[in-house]
Amino acid sequence: MSDIPTDLKYASSHEWVRVEGDTAVIGISDHAQQELTDLAFIELPEVGLDLTAGDSCGVIESVKTASEIYAPISGEVIEINDALQTEPGLANEDPYGEGWFYKIRFNIPGEIEDLLSPEDYTEQVNI
Amino acid sequence: MRTILTAMEQSALKKTPLYDTHLALGGRMVEFGGWDMPVLYNSIVKEHQSVRNTAGLFDISHMGEFLFEGPNAKKFLNLILTNDLSRLEPGQGQYTLLCQDNGGVIDDLYAYRLGEDRYLLIVNASRIEVDWMWIRSQRNSNYKSLQLEMNDISTNYAAMALQGPSSAKILSKLFPQAATLQKNNISEIKFKDESIWVSRTGYTGEDGFELITPNIQAVELWGEIFEAGKSLGLAPAGLGARDTLRTEAGFSLYGHELNSETTPIEAGLGWAVADYKINFIGKDTCITQKQDGTSRKCIGFKMIGKSAPPRENYSIFESCEDMREIGQVTSGTQSPSLGYGIGLGYIESPYAKPGTSIEIEIRNNRFPAEVVKRPIFRKPD
Repeated sequence: MSDIPTDLKYASSHEWVRVEGDTAVIGISDHAQQELTDLAFIELPEVGLDLTAGDSCGVIESVKTASEIYAPISGEVIEINDALQTEPGLANEDPYGEGWFYKIRFNIPGEIEDLLSPEDYTEQVNI
Repeated sequence: MRTILTAMEQSALKKTPLYDTHLALGGRMVEFGGWDMPVLYNSIVKEHQSVRNTAGLFDISHMGEFLFEGPNAKKFLNLILTNDLSRLEPGQGQYTLLCQDNGGVIDDLYAYRLGEDRYLLIVNASRIEVDWMWIRSQRNSNYKSLQLEMNDISTNYAAMALQGPSSAKILSKLFPQAATLQKNNISEIKFKDESIWVSRTGYTGEDGFELITPNIQAVELWGEIFEAGKSLGLAPAGLGARDTLRTEAGFSLYGHELNSETTPIEAGLGWAVADYKINFIGKDTCITQKQDGTSRKCIGFKMIGKSAPPRENYSIFESCEDMREIGQVTSGTQSPSLGYGIGLGYIESPYAKPGTSIEIEIRNNRFPAEVVKRPIFRKPD
């Protein structure tokens, strides 16, 4: 079973979003890291990049396969988790903590409301 | 995040006798060559390391088995296969290839001499039907007068591979004679009520065994090996680890390094082509290419510095000013043993020398790499 914290919002493409004032921290869910297994390389968006919700903004490479990461909400990338460059496995070990991907200054608060609740995401994962 | 591992048409896939065993072990099932097979149980990297450090057990029941018997069995097989079966004593095996007239590879396989006039071929899962049709058509058209019986026994037999440095210790708990089996040799051993074949072969670059058993005993045999290996670090291993292990070892995989458009010589498998044989299908091309060389060659390579892992179909470029495209990646992965990207690919022959700098294009950027000798990974002695 995968861990789905109740204080986060989720995208159907398996990213989580934690709101902190006018910024949001983004990573991939425990379910996603379990599906991918053995992360080998993570390519994050550049700081300063303006993202629109749904944009492909990076790539996750497991030993087996490459997957795209998508921006769950719109805004400017203000920080990325550099530790993932040398230790991509952090996203396997601690997907909601040390394994966060990037921070965004969001500009459309309504998009956050439209994300999946933990309950809805749980339902999606369990189908 | 959207994963590329998508659900396949599960219902149409073939299942091995060990299917329920995989589910019970938490295997993640994927389609491979028309079969529903475990890609991993827990983690590709952990399973890979088990095989390198202790042992791993793989289900390879999807592979095909063909039996040939009769006074002309050797003659017939020596006409359709590239290697020389005359070099085998009963109980010995060899790597060999099945080629078209133009030298294109139909399949790569293992051929064992079981007895005086009895041979067993182990072929790739995805090639069973194609191989069998080709072999039958050769038999029925060009070699009708030869005396031999041939049987495709693939559906009646299951197989598993026990691989890793602790394999001999584990298997000798069940079969004391296994430890004395020489590399590439095969032995018929009694297990419960049936005979099984045990060979000292594998596809991982480690010591190990492959066991071929009637379907009915597969679950029992797997269970007993598993039990014998429990205290010795044996882990079930899936196709994911099988692929990273064989890539590190530099072994070709049909459909990647080998297909009907490639020849054994281009693939670097000239050592499995007995060009001194009077005749065999594909001989002319192999002889010419051995003498004159080929325009492209299969190589191993490693990434230099930080990059995403290389993947199949990525382009290989020259590492100088004009940056011409000179080849394609046929297999690529992050090497669990080395911690960086490695791969196999075809490259224009002048660039095939180990040590040559090349570049791999990954999502429109080029990253430095270097041609290396195979095996790409070798354990320190």
